[in-house]
Amino acid sequence: MSSTTVNIDKLTTIERLMKTTMKIVNKLSDAMLLPLIGISIFLFLWSVTAQNIHTSLGEFPGPKAVVEQFSNLYDEHINEREKAKAFFDRQVKRNAIKVAKNPDYVPKIRDYTGKETFLDQIVTSLFTVTTGFLLAAAIAIPLGIWMGLSKRLNSAFNPIVQIFKPVSPLAWLPLVTMVVSALYVSDDPLVSKAFLTSMITVSLCSLWPMVINTSIGVSSIDSDLLNVSKVLRLPTITHIQKIVLPASIPMIFTGMRLSFGVAWMVLIAAEMLAQNPGLGKFVWDEFQNGSSDSLARIMAAVIVIGFIGFLLDRLMLAIQRKVSWDKSSVNA
Amino acid sequence: MNSSINTDIIEHAFLNISQIDMVFPTPTGGFTALKEVDLKIDKGEFISLIGHSGCGKSTVLNIVAGLYQATTGGILLKNKEVNEPGPERAVVFQNHSLLPWLTSYQNVELAVKQVFNKTMSKAEMKDWIEYNLQLVHMGHAMHKRPDEISGGMKQRVGIARALAMQPEVLLMDEPFGALDALTRAHMQDSLMEIQNELNNTVIMITHDVDEAVLLSDRIVMMTNGPEATVGEILDVNLERPRNRLNLAKDLEYNRLRSEVLTFLYEKQRKVENISQKTAAKNIIEKQTVNEI
Repeated sequence: MSSTTVNIDKLTTIERLMKTTMKIVNKLSDAMLLPLIGISIFLFLWSVTAQNIHTSLGEFPGPKAVVEQFSNLYDEHINEREKAKAFFDRQVKRNAIKVAKNPDYVPKIRDYTGKETFLDQIVTSLFTVTTGFLLAAAIAIPLGIWMGLSKRLNSAFNPIVQIFKPVSPLAWLPLVTMVVSALYVSDDPLVSKAFLTSMITVSLCSLWPMVINTSIGVSSIDSDLLNVSKVLRLPTITHIQKIVLPASIPMIFTGMRLSFGVAWMVLIAAEMLAQNPGLGKFVWDEFQNGSSDSLARIMAAVIVIGFIGFLLDRLMLAIQRKVSWDKSSVNA
Repeated sequence: MNSSINTDIIEHAFLNISQIDMVFPTPTGGFTALKEVDLKIDKGEFISLIGHSGCGKSTVLNIVAGLYQATTGGILLKNKEVNEPGPERAVVFQNHSLLPWLTSYQNVELAVKQVFNKTMSKAEMKDWIEYNLQLVHMGHAMHKRPDEISGGMKQRVGIARALAMQPEVLLMDEPFGALDALTRAHMQDSLMEIQNELNNTVIMITHDVDEAVLLSDRIVMMTNGPEATVGEILDVNLERPRNRLNLAKDLEYNRLRSEVLTFLYEKQRKVENISQKTAAKNIIEKQTVNEI
């Protein structure tokens, strides 16, 4: 008798174990397996199609060629860093010898002038897009709040915003380039003209979604909350600080996320033409270079650009979650 | 106009709603929502405004609050004209209107800081905020945000915020309209308790006949719009403190109740059809939105 009950107990535990593992497997398959399947199908189609496209620079790169270039780009980065280190070591040694010979000699340290590696270019791009975006935010958010508070101002500026919003960065760039060359004249420039041109172009294009979303957020604040402010006779500054800003934070952040996406897209085009040493310039240089590896290297850059764009969006989302009081408004 | 005749009354009235007309401009000409609304209220009086929806009760309240401007006529509070909103006429809004990103404490604090900025020290303000929250039995949830508390609790905080301003007049726009019957009864008892202690001057809009009789010193019944005005005023001389259970069998209570019901459902029975009514209401709402 007792042995059979034990057996039944064992069976049920095993069954229960099976069930829980099935549940976990199901969850995993939704979270991991399906995306993996999607990616595999994409990789398969890519490699099949790539084999059949023949360009003047050789066969279109498949996944394998791109992966190779990723490791090449990394190796180049390491090599370049070693070269730089060797260069500085040589300088230090040379200076030491010179000082030993002649105590009055003042040692000079020259900069290493080797070319930027892919990783350097990523850093440059990130820096350019961030400064451009912050400049845009510094203008767009106050302007948007102001437009949201005043119907008249909104009527006055809205046509301008609507007209400039769809303008491509490529149209702005020549204008920005000429203006920067004319106005930014300095013997010892703090930043290069190419950087400034790219940054301003990024700002000009990423300004508008933030202006629009902020002004909509501000103008659609619940009239009850505005009445509370009126009954309390809050002064304008306190009104903006305590009512307007917190109430429109969700919309402001939606605008900021849109803008950051636009900024990152625009940046690549701007860097290409302005020759700012970032990812855009990398793509352009590889295109001009025209070696048999070029297309694979550009494809590697494309993947990196996409991945960074995705990470930037997640970062904005994380900040939004942290800052916003309305958790329901924060969707991926 | 005829101020010489009314001087006596004006000087004695604490709050004087004097000959108010309210005309909302519409594309097809003016829509007269209120016509010659006239009401004098003493200090410490609890007034209910009752009437069918769309009759302009809220408009009257908003004019007293200073959120709307009467087309003609005006409001005198202690013989001073009212023409803008201010904390001495605190409003409890129908849907609580708490700032959702602040805790109950911070919501009350915003009001207290604004009103008692110069007269209270930080410690006094803290005590005053806590006192008011405890008055509405919200001491236990002071540091919770509006989305973490129930509808009745939110309305309590809204009342605490209004009381904390120490207003001359407390204006309540259907404060319990959005609550379920049990919570509403509970809130009415709380309000009577607070009123017993503070003896505020209150104007409350309500749809609820029982609520009006239970809470008020006078019930102001409004006629149907357009051109709504004060139809009848009913004095409620029931002894305080009032108890809803005892009053249920009280003859005077039931007489008052049936008077209000008679006014609403016989004398001022709604005759217009629904579509007309909603059309008129839409026009008013559009206008008010534009104004704000």
